[in-house]
Amino acid sequence: MSLWATILAASLGCYGLKLAGLSLPESVLANPRVQRIAGLLPVAMLSALIVSDLFASGRHYTADWRLLAGVAVGAVALWRGRSLLAVFVIAIAVTALLRAAT
Amino acid sequence: MSMIAAARPHDDALPERGEIARAAAGIALYAGAFGFTFGAVATAARLGILQVMALSAVLFSGASQFALVGVLAAGGPAVAALAAALLLGSRNAFYGLPLTPLLRPGGLRRLWTAQFVIDETTAMAVAQRSPRAARFAFWATGLALLALWNLGTLAGALVGSGINTSAFGLDAAAPAIFLALLWPQLSRERGRAVALGAIVVTLALVTITPTGVPIIAAALVAVAAGVMPARRAAHLPARPAAHRDRGRR
Repeated sequence: MSLWATILAASLGCYGLKLAGLSLPESVLANPRVQRIAGLLPVAMLSALIVSDLFASGRHYTADWRLLAGVAVGAVALWRGRSLLAVFVIAIAVTALLRAAT
Repeated sequence: MSMIAAARPHDDALPERGEIARAAAGIALYAGAFGFTFGAVATAARLGILQVMALSAVLFSGASQFALVGVLAAGGPAVAALAAALLLGSRNAFYGLPLTPLLRPGGLRRLWTAQFVIDETTAMAVAQRSPRAARFAFWATGLALLALWNLGTLAGALVGSGINTSAFGLDAAAPAIFLALLWPQLSRERGRAVALGAIVVTLALVTITPTGVPIIAAALVAVAAGVMPARRAAHLPARPAAHRDRGRR
């Protein structure tokens, strides 16, 4: 498969998945079980993405304490009620400063 | 002028408008920096600038884009790169469940709306108290994110691999933002349990399954928790149902 074919297939495939989600019949959406699952799916996916970003590199475990410290300080900012942008800036800045200092 | 006049009653009806707009701007700024990282990484993986931009404009799903480029850069086969992107992108299909009753996209509008169904827009929409606030949050976040994600990608692709993105701490951007999006859900006991289960499943599968599979497997935790007729199920607000009725008017 050529590079362009891969890119186009991935792009159209991902769009098709998004469209399929918006095209589900009413009867499926009205199901309380489906509604519970729908509410919990982002929780599971976001949790999985976070730990993948922090502790996985491809199929290997990894951990960079400076990255962990940066995100941890961002979490403290969240807990203190700071805005999304503040959390973003703090996490990046702490990680970059620790990398520069070590 | 007429636009301002038309916007005024809308402001009254939506007091959280400013708050939502600020949060959307914050997400978009992060997306610009994150997109810059993607552009630089993808160019370093020897994708052409048109190919990099096609991914950000058409695929438009950060995790899938990073997965695709990551597999290609590691020398993996094209089919594996495609599978990783689609596996990660499949969660966007599930986001249609909470979003459809909120957005009620009909006809051709659905084709346009679908492109914006991603982590950030979904999290912003479902976090709002009313369907109207949810729609505003979805579109404010989606449009700002699309614009800055692509501008950032273009800048990153032009700079290419000339900078060290981890020295600037840009790898902290994604987990920090995902954590911020997750945060409100952790106030519920069931949300905390699902988050913990997803973390355990993901970490257990990292070395066993192909890249991208652990995140999809974590979705099964949410499915299992939702299917279980748990004691506390009665406490969960059936929000999408309430929204559907109100959205009709």
